[in-house]
Amino acid sequence: MAKVTIDGKTIEVADGTTILQAARMIGPDVAPPTMCYYSKLKTSGGYCRTCLVEVSKGSEKDPRPMPKLVASCRTTVMDGMEVKNNDSEKVTEARKGVVEFLLLNHPLDCPVCDQAGECHLQDLSYEHGSAKTRTDFERRTFEKIDIGPYVQLHMNRCILCYRCVKVANQITDGRVHGVINRGDHSEISTYVEEAIDNDFSGNVIDVCPVGALTDKTFRFKSRVWFTKPVDAHRNCDKCSGKVVLWYKGEDVLRVTGRKDQWGEVEEFICNTCRFETKKTSDWTIEGPRKLDNHSVISANHYEFLKKPKELTINTVKPLAIEGGNN
Amino acid sequence: MGKKLLLANDHVPGIQSYEVYRKHGGYASVEKAIKTMKPEEVVEEVKKSGLRGRGGAGFPTGMKWSFLAKPEGVARYLVCNADESEPGTFKDRYLMSRIPHILIEGMITSSFALGANTSYIYIRGEYYYVAQILEKAIAEAYANGWLGKNILGSDYSLDLYVQVGGGAYICGEETALLESLEGKRGNPRIKPPFPAIAGLYGCPTVVNNVETIAAVVPIVNDGGDAYAAIGIGKSSGTKLISASGHINKPGVYEIEMGITVEDFIYSDEYCGGILNGKKLKAVVAGGSSVPVLPADLIITTANGEKRLMSYESLADGGFATGTMLGSGGFIVMDETTNIVENLHTFARFYHHESCGQCSPCREGTGWMEKILHKILDGHGTLEDVDLLWEIQRKIEGNTICPLGDAAAWPVASAIRHFRHEFEEFVKNPNGIKKVKHYESTQNLVTA
Repeated sequence: MAKVTIDGKTIEVADGTTILQAARMIGPDVAPPTMCYYSKLKTSGGYCRTCLVEVSKGSEKDPRPMPKLVASCRTTVMDGMEVKNNDSEKVTEARKGVVEFLLLNHPLDCPVCDQAGECHLQDLSYEHGSAKTRTDFERRTFEKIDIGPYVQLHMNRCILCYRCVKVANQITDGRVHGVINRGDHSEISTYVEEAIDNDFSGNVIDVCPVGALTDKTFRFKSRVWFTKPVDAHRNCDKCSGKVVLWYKGEDVLRVTGRKDQWGEVEEFICNTCRFETKKTSDWTIEGPRKLDNHSVISANHYEFLKKPKELTINTVKPLAIEGGNN
Repeated sequence: MGKKLLLANDHVPGIQSYEVYRKHGGYASVEKAIKTMKPEEVVEEVKKSGLRGRGGAGFPTGMKWSFLAKPEGVARYLVCNADESEPGTFKDRYLMSRIPHILIEGMITSSFALGANTSYIYIRGEYYYVAQILEKAIAEAYANGWLGKNILGSDYSLDLYVQVGGGAYICGEETALLESLEGKRGNPRIKPPFPAIAGLYGCPTVVNNVETIAAVVPIVNDGGDAYAAIGIGKSSGTKLISASGHINKPGVYEIEMGITVEDFIYSDEYCGGILNGKKLKAVVAGGSSVPVLPADLIITTANGEKRLMSYESLADGGFATGTMLGSGGFIVMDETTNIVENLHTFARFYHHESCGQCSPCREGTGWMEKILHKILDGHGTLEDVDLLWEIQRKIEGNTICPLGDAAAWPVASAIRHFRHEFEEFVKNPNGIKKVKHYESTQNLVTA
C-alpha cells in the first residue's frame, strides 16, 4: 500500500497505481485532465502531456522532489509521495502551453464538427487555454478520408493521441491503420486508403477525444446537445450490448458506448449494435443516461425529475506497464 | 602533445585492417579480460576509471553498467549507439572508419563484462559505408576467433551484428533506438522502465556510445586507475572533439580533458585559430543542442576563470552563463556569423526530426521554425522574440525524451546572449540581409 497526497488530499492506494488513477479515486477536483490516456487501453498515455503534475516530495524514503513535471498517467505512486496538480503554478503554466500546442494546428471548426459538445479538447481549452491565439501561420491541412462505410477520418482535427491505434491493436483482430510520417507531419492513416473493416472498428469513434474520427451515420444529423441520451441494452452475440441511444424526438440518431465520468467507455461495443440497430424496438430501454462530465451536454436538462446519483469512483485496476510502445 | 588513447595509432598505415591493428597491440584487452579477469572485475575497472558516457549526457558508465538487471535465464544485450546524428558531431564516424577494430574490441570486452552473448551496433543509414567497414572488421574478428563460440577457448560466446538504421535523429535516443532495432517505428519509449531493466525485446540492455565502448579498451589494458589519472577531476580520460566552423583546422581531435578552451581554439595543435584572422563571435561547444555561448563566456567563465574542456568547467554557471560538453561537437562561429540565421538552421533541423509523439515537441518545434523564418523574411516583430522565448520554456522539460530540451536550449541561449541581434533584425531586416554572412565559408570551399 502507498499513501499519496494530491493537492492536500491523502489517499491510500495499492502499489503500482499511477498518480492519475489515485487522483481520480479522490475525485474530479484533483484529477488532472487527460487527452491520450485511456484506462481500458494498455500502454496508452504519456503523449499529450496535459496530465503533467509536480511531484513535490518523491516518497517517504527519498523525499527529494522530482526535477521535472511528470506525466501522471504513466508515473506510479510511492509511499509518502506528495503531488501538486491545481496547486502548482508550474503545472498550470505547462498545461496552458500544452493546450496552445494542441490548438496550434487544430482547425477550430467546432461550429461544423460533430464532436462539439462532447469534445475533450473543447473542455480542455475552455478550462486551461487562453481566449486568444498567438499564431497567424497557416494551419496544417489534410484531405478527409473515408475509412470504411461507417467512419470518416478528419485528420485536421487529430491531436495524435494514439488511442485509435491502440484500440485496433488491442481489441480488433488486425490493425490496418497507424501513424505515418514524423513530427508535425504525422498523420493517422490507413495504408493506401484501405478500409477499416472488422466488428469492433467503430470503437475508434468513441475513443477519439476530438472530432477526427466521426460516425458517418450520424454525420450532420444534429448537435449532440439537442439529442437525449438513454441507457439501453440488447442481446448481442458479439459484445455486451450495453449502449447509450441518442434520441431526437422518436428517432435514434446514433448509438455509442457508455461513457463514464472521465469520458471513457465502460465497455467496447460491436459495429452491429453501433451502426445497424437504430430502431427503438431493437432495444430494451433502461432509462436516462446521467452524464458526469462537464461538457455542454452535461446540463442534463431532460433529467430534472431524477434523483442525482452518487458519484461513482473509478475502480480501474492499475495497468501493468509493458515493454514497448504499442 | 596531449596523451592519446583512442587515436594513438591513427597515423599507422593500414590500421583499418586486422593484421596491422593486431600487430599494434589490438585485442589485448579481450585476452586480458577473458583469460585473467571475472566480468565483475572489468565492471569494477570501468567504475574506477570514472569514464562518463561520451554520447552527450555524461552519465558514469560504470554506474550504468552496475544498474543492469541480471535475472536468471533472461538474455542481456549490449547495444552500441552509432547513430551519431547531432549536428556538428562526427567523431564516431572518424573513429569507426579509421580504426574499426577498436570498436569491435571494445564491444567484445564490454559484452563480456555485462554477460551479453548477443550485441548490436546500431548505425545510422547515412553511414552505410562505415557499416560496410564494420562488417568487414567483424568478419575478420570471427575468422580469427575473437567472436563466435567459446572465444579463446573459454566458455564465453558472443555474436555481434551491425544494424543500419534509416537515418533518423530521434533513433539516437536510446529507447527509440531500441524500438527501431526491434523493427518498429523509432519513437522513444516512456520511462520507466529504463533499458537496464527492460530494454531490447524486453530484456535488460545497456546502450553505450561508440567512443564510450572504445574507451573500455585502454581502461582494461592499463587499468581504471591509470585512466582516471588522465584528465581533470570527474572528467577523466580523453575525449574526441569534432571541431568545425570558422577555424583553420577543422577535424576530429583527441584531447586530454582539462585543456583550456582558448588553447583548443587557438593553438596550432588543435583548431589553429579563427579562419582568415577574424574575431571569434560564439561557440556551440557540444553539438547543436547545447546552449551557444558568446566569445567572452566561452573563453572565461562568469567568475573570470579560464574555461576548460571538461564536463564541469563548460557547465560552470549553469545555463545562464555556461553550456555543456555534450557530444563534443565543437562549432566555432566568427564575427561574420548571423546568430538568427544560425538558429533558424538548428530550429529547422529539430522541426524535421521531431518524432511527433508528444505535443509540446511536435507542435512547438514547427512553431519556432516558422517564427524564425518569419523574422528572417523581414516580417518579424519584437513580440515574436518574446513568443519564441515563451515557446521554448513550454517545451523544455515537458516532453517524453530529451529532443524537446535539445530543441529548446539553442533557442533559449541565442535569445539570452544575442537578443540585440534579434531586435536589430526585426527593426532593420533589409540592412542586415545585405551583409554577406557566408563570405568566410565560401573562401573555405575555394581554398
